[in-house]
This record gives sequence, structure tokens and C-alpha cells, in this order.
Amino acid sequence: MTGALLFGLAGAALVGCGVYGLLTAPGALGRVLGFNILGGGVFLMFGVVARRGAGAGFGADPVPQALVITGIVVAFCATALAVALLVRLCAVQAEAARGGDGDKET
Amino acid sequence: MSLIADAFTLVFVAAGIAFFAAGTLGLVRLPQTLSRIHALTKADNVGLALIVLGLLPQAANVLEGAKMVAVWLLAQLASGAVAQVMAEAVMAETKATKDAAPPEEGHP
Amino acid sequence: MSLVFDAVLCLVLLAGALGVVTTGAARPAVIAFIGYGLLLGLAWVRLAAVDVALTEIAIGSGISGVVLLRCVRALPAEPLTPAPNRMLKPLAAVVSITIAAALAAVVLALPEPAPSRAADVAAALPATDLGNPVTGVLLVFRALDTLLEKVVLLLSLVGVWALSRDPACRGRPAPLSPEPAPAPSAFLARVLAPIGVLVGLYLLWAGADHPGGAFQSGAVLAAMGLLLVMGDQIRTPAAESRGLRLLLLAGPFGFLAVGFAGWATAGVFLGYPPGAEKAVIIAVEVAITVSIAVTLGLIVLGPPAGEERP
Repeated sequence: MTGALLFGLAGAALVGCGVYGLLTAPGALGRVLGFNILGGGVFLMFGVVARRGAGAGFGADPVPQALVITGIVVAFCATALAVALLVRLCAVQAEAARGGDGDKET
Repeated sequence: MSLIADAFTLVFVAAGIAFFAAGTLGLVRLPQTLSRIHALTKADNVGLALIVLGLLPQAANVLEGAKMVAVWLLAQLASGAVAQVMAEAVMAETKATKDAAPPEEGHP
Repeated sequence: MSLVFDAVLCLVLLAGALGVVTTGAARPAVIAFIGYGLLLGLAWVRLAAVDVALTEIAIGSGISGVVLLRCVRALPAEPLTPAPNRMLKPLAAVVSITIAAALAAVVLALPEPAPSRAADVAAALPATDLGNPVTGVLLVFRALDTLLEKVVLLLSLVGVWALSRDPACRGRPAPLSPEPAPAPSAFLARVLAPIGVLVGLYLLWAGADHPGGAFQSGAVLAAMGLLLVMGDQIRTPAAESRGLRLLLLAGPFGFLAVGFAGWATAGVFLGYPPGAEKAVIIAVEVAITVSIAVTLGLIVLGPPAGEERP
């Protein structure tokens, strides 16, 4: 049980790291990374709740585990969309900086 | 009998960890990217091989041992090929900077 | 002994996270993030959540890592940012330490007989004929979550495609590696991809009774597809291809169809026909695995580059 507690405290510290990254990151990509670390910390705390709920022959409560799996996939979706927007924004900015005489934009 | 197996495991896993530590040291301390790749792939492959070899006597059955050997083979394959790809990229980059290529990348 | 290991793992995990948020440059931060994801997967193994560990390593670290590294390559080397306020960093540190301390207090104050649904799952699992409780929760007890998450994944791809330069969203995404692919990439793709596909299919098959399942399998299959693209063994698919769109929609819409059929066969939305639960669950899992694999791969490849001019 103390092992699970240790990971719970680590999860809390990871959330702190993520918030710090979100607030101080110099670029948008750094904020995306901070958001992901924040999410990882929240998931880890959830995992500790699952581990503490072990019983009925399972090493950990399966309901929070399934929720975390769903959460990881949704966090990935948000990350991928944010990154795609960022890449496109940079392309548009680079074109604007070149004087906007590139090929026709939509 | 199990004492001999445990001693075997202990010696080989410790040796494997030593190789990993050497590889990591090389990664941190060596100055050039190419020599870093060299240190990492060589030392880590041997380290992983020693750890797998050391753990083989602890495997519950033949299938479990075969799985560990398969993991080692796959890691060997991937690290060898990835090291080659990275080395080619490094060579291309140094060549480009030496030739004072235009700052814009050729690839969009 | 294992407590020492856990403590070291937690410390290394924190060091990795701190490295990500304090490294100024984008590329080292992303590489540190990938390493952090692998360590987080190890933490999940220690928490007896092997399914989550597989998902974290495959999606949270692997596929996210490729997406982020591609982004680093596309961004300008020096991001133009205004110099941050001198007070910002100490203030942010105080705020984040306060939040972390509050959460730590919550962790320490968790109720002692921990609330758990494990017994409920164990009681209901035999009806589904599944051996892996997490798969049971994902596909049966909380199937609505899983269905909606498939839709979110699809919407994410729609969002990525909407950023295409071509308003009609046609053509192929830009290639992942310079052409022609380096010989070692081609070799790796030819040798590793068949093994990886086998591993992916095994994860799907084993997911019914052992750790594994649709997400993990889909992520491994997507990775193998990307490996084949990087090794120049297959071309990136054209976005307007009907077959591709069918593969994308098979999972969410197949799941939805089974859900509506549940009203007729089991009397409830997302119910499975009594007597044939396992066969239908496996059919749904195969369909969503295919869709997950194709969707993840296409998200990594990025928006289509517009119609080709012959």
C-alpha cells in the first residue's frame, strides 16, 4: 500500500510540474508538453485510486483503469490537434513574413 | 542447484548493468554525435544480451526464455538499423554545413 | 526492496518531467517527454495496471512522440516570444507548488477502506465470457465512453485534415522521410513490420483474456504502417480514397450499429445479444482496432497536401 501512496505523491508533484510548464513555457509546443505532463500526473493519481481498490482477484480496480485508457487516447487527440494547428500557424506566419507572394492561399 | 542459478543471474545481470552504465556515460560525455551513437548501440546491445542471458535460468519454462531472447533480437535489430539511419542523417547534416548549403531546407 | 525501486522510479519520473518543463529548446524537451512517457509506463506496471501501461507507452509516448517530433521539425528554430516577466517564474513556481501540495494532502487523506467497483466487475464479468476485466469495462460496462472516444479520435483526424491547403481535402500527406528512403530504414521496414503486425494482432486477440486490446493493438499496427511509409515500402494513402474512408468509419459506425441493434436483441442501447456476446464483442473489437490503426496513422501523417498534378 505504501508503494501506491508513493506514486500518488509523485502524481501530485507531476501535476505541479505540468502547471509550471503551462505557465512558463516560452512557446506553444512547451505548453502542449506541460499540458501532457499535467494529464499524466492526474492519470497517475487515478491509477493509485485503482490500485487501492484492488480486490475480487484483480490487482487493481478495473473501472478507473478503463477510464484512464480512454483519457490517454482523448489527451492524445487533443495533443495531435493542437500540434497540427501549431504547424499550420507557423506555415502561415512564415508565408506572411515572406511578403505573402507565395502560392494562392485558401 | 538453484544457488548456482541465482549466482549466475547475479553475475551476468551485474555485468549487463555495468555495460549499460558505460554506454550511458558515453552518451553523456562523448563530444561527437557519431561516437555517442557508437557507444550507446555497442554497449547497450551487449548489456541487454548479458541481462537476458542472466535471467534465462530464472525463466519458468522454455517459452518464457524464448520470449526474452526474442526481445533481445528485436532490440538488436531496431537499434542497429536506427543507429545507421541516425548516422546517415548526421553525415548529411555535416556535409550540408561544410558545403555552406543555402539556409533554406530543400524539403518543404 | 521493491519500495526502494518505487521511490527511485518516482524520483526519476519527476526529474524527467522537470527536465521537460525547464528545458528551453523544443527538441530536447520532446525527447525528454518521450523518455518520461516510458518511465510513466513502468510506473503503471508497478500499479498492477498492465493495460494502462501498454496504452501509455504505445500512444502516450510512442505515437505522441512521433507527432511532437514532426512538429519540432516543422517549427522555426527560434520561436519569437517576448521576454517573460522577471516575476513570472517565481510566481509560477509558487502556484504550482501550492497545487501539488494540495493534491498531495488529498492523496494522503484518501478514505481508508478504499471504494472499489472491483467486486461488481468480478460478479458481472462471467456473463460477457471475457477474462480481462479492463476489456470488459471498456467494451461492455462502459461501452458508451469507448464509443464516444472513437468519435473523438475521428473528429481529431477531421480537425487535422481541415488544416489542409486543399479546401476539398484531397491528395496524399507529405512523406515522412526524405526520398528515397535510406537503406537501413527500408531494411527495418521489411524485417520488423511483419513481426510488428503479428504482435499487434496478438495484442488484439489476447486482449479478451490478458492485458491488451483494441487501443494497444491499433497503436502497434499504426506504428508498423508508419514504419512501412518511412521505409518507402508503401505510399501514403490518398485522402479521397473510398476504401480508406470506409476503414476510418468501420469502427465508430460498426459500434454504433451494434449499439442500436442492442435495443432489438437485448432491450437496451449498447446491449449485446444474449448468447452471442463474445462473438459480437470480438467483431466490434476487430472493427474498432482497424479504425484506430488507420486513424492514428493518418493523424501522424498530417493533412493531405492537395490534389496531385500529373
